[in-house]
Amino acid sequence: MVLTDKAMKDTKESAGRPVRRLNRPDSAARSRGGQRFLLVGLILASMYSLFPVWWLIVASTKDRTGLYQSNGLWFSGWHLWDNLEQLFTYEDGIFLRWTANSFLYAGLGSLGGTLLALATGYGLARFEFPGRNLVFAAVVGSFLIPIALLTLPLYLLFSEIGLVDTPWAMLIPCLINPFSVYLAKVYTEATIPYELLEAARIDGAGELRIFFSIVLRMMTTGGATVFLLAFVNTWNAFFLPLTVLRGEENWTLNLGLYNWSGKRLESGVDLTSLVLTGALLSIVPMAIMMVAMRRYWRTGVTLGALK
Amino acid sequence: MIRSQRWKGAAFTVPFQLGFVFLYLLPIGYAVYQSLYREQQSGLGLGGATEQFAGFDNYRQGLTDSAFMGSVLRVMLFACVQIPVMLLISLALALLLDALTSKVAGRFRILLLVPYMIPGVVAAIVWINLYSPEVGPLTPLGELFGFDWNFFAPSMVWPAIGNLLTWHGIGYNMVIIYSALQGVPRELFEAARLDGASEWRIARSIKIPFVRGALVLTGMLSIIQMLQIFNEPALFRNVTPQTVSDTFTPIMIIYNQAFNAGNYHYAATLSVLLALILGVASFLFYKLTSREVD
Repeated sequence: MVLTDKAMKDTKESAGRPVRRLNRPDSAARSRGGQRFLLVGLILASMYSLFPVWWLIVASTKDRTGLYQSNGLWFSGWHLWDNLEQLFTYEDGIFLRWTANSFLYAGLGSLGGTLLALATGYGLARFEFPGRNLVFAAVVGSFLIPIALLTLPLYLLFSEIGLVDTPWAMLIPCLINPFSVYLAKVYTEATIPYELLEAARIDGAGELRIFFSIVLRMMTTGGATVFLLAFVNTWNAFFLPLTVLRGEENWTLNLGLYNWSGKRLESGVDLTSLVLTGALLSIVPMAIMMVAMRRYWRTGVTLGALK
Repeated sequence: MIRSQRWKGAAFTVPFQLGFVFLYLLPIGYAVYQSLYREQQSGLGLGGATEQFAGFDNYRQGLTDSAFMGSVLRVMLFACVQIPVMLLISLALALLLDALTSKVAGRFRILLLVPYMIPGVVAAIVWINLYSPEVGPLTPLGELFGFDWNFFAPSMVWPAIGNLLTWHGIGYNMVIIYSALQGVPRELFEAARLDGASEWRIARSIKIPFVRGALVLTGMLSIIQMLQIFNEPALFRNVTPQTVSDTFTPIMIIYNQAFNAGNYHYAATLSVLLALILGVASFLFYKLTSREVD
């Protein structure tokens, strides 16, 4: 992908350590009225960001009548527990199954993908070998490939070897993630000095040992970011599961919610209440992860711009 | 570097390379191969189908397919409106944040990033329900101000999707622009202030030119995503299939050709075409926006 050198450089510099500026002299010079104007703008924007989430939280506490008849932005009766019970018992608790699937695909797929990406990124960043530039060009070039171009033929290939409709159809594609490789390479360049590798070699450590006991350990921050972004990506995936998963016992949360939201037109069953409560629940793991790993993902988001 | 180490280094990348061949190169090759063939029913359709070399016939069909080219145009036109609006808002917010102390800015940044934490499918579900005349608060709110809006009407469906995408995207784009802004040397502002420049003038003449690279980048990412838009219209289609047809966006057409019409060859052709269009569009956008940078 084509990038401006500037943007590339900026991002690389901020990759290793988060840039934090403590005192901003220019803000002190600002007038009070100006500050107030800024705050009003930001508060309005925050309200725009938050009100749909607020509405979703309020809506999941209502029963059907409340949902259709009361003011959308305020509570009316507390039925969250009933909604959750319904959600978890509907169709023999299929929602729990979807949740477990989402965790399985996102967790295992991202773990494997991260490990592979760290090894590849390290190989690309710290060794010279013929074809290295070609591999890196393929990694960056693949950011531009539309998802349909990969997914449809992948579906056909998977159906040839009998993988369609099995968890493997979701897990295998997660293992190969060019963007994770790109991130891992950038992080390696920022954290693993050549001298350290040389010193370890002189001490007689083998390359595998160096990778597992030195490189991986030093790459905890980078690895966590790669894992987090891969997890979020898989959790949010929609086109791939829609294409390769047919039977609903293998579906992800997204696929299940999509299907429920279409039930009303299809068969006249109104599952709005379940869809909304389920939607709220499917945000929870994202929110927990993002808050818990705030310091990692901010650099990840910025680097994500290069994708 | 010693020779043996070079090969050990290459070995670290081998598992990925194998996977890349299997999950990227092979499918692309397969799609291109399929796009050159077509299925031919033999006899009365009883003898089963055979594959027949079609050359560029599928491509000719794709390029003159008014539904497909129409969907590409529809999405591109939409991109020309939604992306500038979203990036302008993101830029404005990044400039506002940049003018605050970092502690206050940090709090607002988290609030503005909340939509980014929400999966795309869930974001679409939430907004579709907000738009819904039955459960959503937006219809009564409109009535309060004398608007009689129906978000699922043909004229409103793109603005409705546009608002959803903008809501979902401004936080993310803002963070990227904001971190670029953090790279502006602060001495420049002091110098400009001493020369009597207003804050607005500083933003326009120093800050905005400085984050141009970040804007080009976010613009390009948005274009790539927009040409492949699928989730949002698919969910709207669940609610209002008469407005959002199954030929609404390029990927919807491709999906339908493959899974409803069973026409994999044509679906593969359209995917290759879409990839080419995407490549050309990103290249043109990059050329147009970066010509004056240096």
